[in-house]
Amino acid sequence: MGVSFDLTTIFAFIIAFAVFAYVVMDGFDLGVAMLFPFFPESHDRDVMMNSVAPVWDGNETWLVLGGGALFAAFPLAYGILMPAIYMPAIGMLLGLVFRGVAFEFRWRTVRGRFVWDFAFFGGSLVAALCQGIALGAILQGVVVSGRAYGGGWWDWLTPFTLLTGVAVVAGYTLLGATWLVMKTSDDLQNRAFGFARIFAITTLAFIVVVSLATPFLEEAYWLRWFAWPGILITAPVPIAVAAVAFLLFRAILNRREYQPFLLSLVLFFLCFAGLGVSIWPYVVPGRVTIWQAASPASSQMFMLVGISILVPIILIYTAYAYWVFRGKVDPAGGYH
Amino acid sequence: MPEWIDAILLARAQFAFTMAFHIIFPVFSIGLASYLAVLEGLWLWTGRDVFLQVFKYWLKIFAVAFGMGVVSGIVMSYQFGTNWAVYADKAGPIIGPLMAYEVLTAFFLEAGFLGVMLFGMGRVGKGLHYTATLLVAIGTFVSAFWILSVNSWMQTPQGYGVNEVGQFIPLDWWAIIFNPSFPYRLVHMVIAAYLTTALVVGGAGAFHALRGRAHEGSRVMFSMAMWMAALVAPVQVLVGDAHGLNTLEHQPAKVMAMEGHYQSHPDGAPLILFGLPDQDAGRVNYSIEIPRVSSLILKHSLSEPLAGLDTIKREDWPFVPIVFWSFRIMVGLGTLMVGLGLTSLFLRWKGRLHEARWFHGWALAMGPAGFIAVLAGWVTTEVGRQPFTVYGLLRTTESVSPLASPAVATSLIAFVVVYFIVFAAGMFYLLRLMSQPPHRIEEGPRGEGPLRAAGITPGPAVQSPRAIPQE
Repeated sequence: MGVSFDLTTIFAFIIAFAVFAYVVMDGFDLGVAMLFPFFPESHDRDVMMNSVAPVWDGNETWLVLGGGALFAAFPLAYGILMPAIYMPAIGMLLGLVFRGVAFEFRWRTVRGRFVWDFAFFGGSLVAALCQGIALGAILQGVVVSGRAYGGGWWDWLTPFTLLTGVAVVAGYTLLGATWLVMKTSDDLQNRAFGFARIFAITTLAFIVVVSLATPFLEEAYWLRWFAWPGILITAPVPIAVAAVAFLLFRAILNRREYQPFLLSLVLFFLCFAGLGVSIWPYVVPGRVTIWQAASPASSQMFMLVGISILVPIILIYTAYAYWVFRGKVDPAGGYH
Repeated sequence: MPEWIDAILLARAQFAFTMAFHIIFPVFSIGLASYLAVLEGLWLWTGRDVFLQVFKYWLKIFAVAFGMGVVSGIVMSYQFGTNWAVYADKAGPIIGPLMAYEVLTAFFLEAGFLGVMLFGMGRVGKGLHYTATLLVAIGTFVSAFWILSVNSWMQTPQGYGVNEVGQFIPLDWWAIIFNPSFPYRLVHMVIAAYLTTALVVGGAGAFHALRGRAHEGSRVMFSMAMWMAALVAPVQVLVGDAHGLNTLEHQPAKVMAMEGHYQSHPDGAPLILFGLPDQDAGRVNYSIEIPRVSSLILKHSLSEPLAGLDTIKREDWPFVPIVFWSFRIMVGLGTLMVGLGLTSLFLRWKGRLHEARWFHGWALAMGPAGFIAVLAGWVTTEVGRQPFTVYGLLRTTESVSPLASPAVATSLIAFVVVYFIVFAAGMFYLLRLMSQPPHRIEEGPRGEGPLRAAGITPGPAVQSPRAIPQE
């Protein structure tokens, strides 16, 4: 699999970066929310929500960049994929609506607080599930006719997509639990350690099942992963997953505060890299390559200038925003 | 489903519905972010506590409104792909990079510093906090810059070519971004945002005055809002006029629809004040007209000829009744805003600004007028662009995704249900916040006091009873 670094390839990596940034950053926001049912105390929920309240909006912006850059750099793929994942995409958007408004609505009422607690949890669960389903739907292949999507509006619903949907829910919850381990203390942290262990096991189980199922979807995936000499490149990925899983469990059992979250991020990165290995160089798997879908060089070049200058600046002030709200959430007074 | 309901109509209804809900929040955010920056600046400069009170008061409202703008905006950014996939494919090489720049230069800036602005007052110094407030305000403006450039390019496209697969490709980015209608639209819209916000702030102040609860904070914000209305509303009339002349030059059919001019008038066109446009018959029934004044407004001469829709192919006509009425709603409300602003100057001169109850009633009634005017103006410009998405080049009927009607109908119903629940609740919380006057010790978005004496925890010892009023 040759990788030549032309403009279009660079954009494939830029979009991959934006999507990965979204997945891990909003992943822990959504994960924290999905743990709400296990923490029925209003005070615990205050702390959990406030641990992500100052940063969630920035995290979600990576989703807009991922979608926007796909639209700009690969408009054909955007036009084919969005109708293909129509229902899960709409479901995700509506879930994110409930999740997003809950951050402020929850503090504007006492009597109706339970409603927004549920919206926070339910919206996050639906969003995560739909993201996983959309991933599965793209991975299993979509019908293309001409320059448009040619399938039906329920094509996305298969056992495989449900599997990837639940897998993403489990993975995000692992990120949320390990985030809470890092940001909270005492009893809340103790319980977060417990959930980190449970969801680490669940997530790993799903990684194994999805990894085993994927090569059977398309012969191309099979050849990519198991044919000689590609296996030389692909084999280290599962080996690294096993090593990181070992370190993750050890960190949780030894009650490390930062390591579980960081190792979960590494785990996500490895899975993401594995997906990239499977799909490359397609943007609509098996149908449209990144070069076929690419917008003209004048469009990509114009954007590349902005991205090269602005993304480093964005990363710096995003890091600053995290730094301002560093450390444990003070259970008595939010971040004060 | 009745047969006249097809996927195109449903997709258009969905875009119109989700956009109508979305647009009011950024308009409010643009104005309010700037107002907050002014308030915090005045507090830092003068050291007067009242500015901090009013700042914290509107900060809570900003937090709620901004959140609603974010979530409804993400829906918009994905709707191009889900419902308008052909448009996305064809216009993506031009529209996409502009929207990517909006994300990179505006959304990240707003989102990155919003947390510091909302929750950071006790964690960073005053200077850094003010920087965060300023950056959020700048971010809202930059966002308006890019998205209005996109919208304007769809109205007055230039600087493009068409490639072998029918995509619009960029030839000259400068010409694309600064297309002919963009400067007018940008200024008109940003002023609309400031005016809308001023009317909301003024309406809240007037409400407190009418209830006899206007203390220093309410009076300060009412006074500031009326200054804004008095200074900006007349400017908006001039800018609107210039925008209209620009539209006449580049999209004459839209102006014909606004004016209700189905027929050409070789000897000077009448200004139709009111009437009932009949699209099928191609005439305006029961019209009340002032002879030749339309030519005077648009051509600055009583006898200048003015072409009508009869000079344009029938299939290229916009739907006149909607454009005709939405334009009149916008202009009517704008006139009332100018009246409100000028009256406030007179009352201020007489020293009765804070006493005249009838004026407070008027200001309260005008509270939502900015939103209605913005929606009406947006309907005028967007429906006036029909039947095209990219004006004169790509028809709306050729832009839509290859989706089955039931899929679009299902998602439309889901959007309607969810938006009515979520935004009704949001409106309720916003109105409840605004119904209370600012207090001497005004809490932040999490109910914390200005000196960090109170916590976020609900409980009698740490939470002021005012944090959640009138439960």
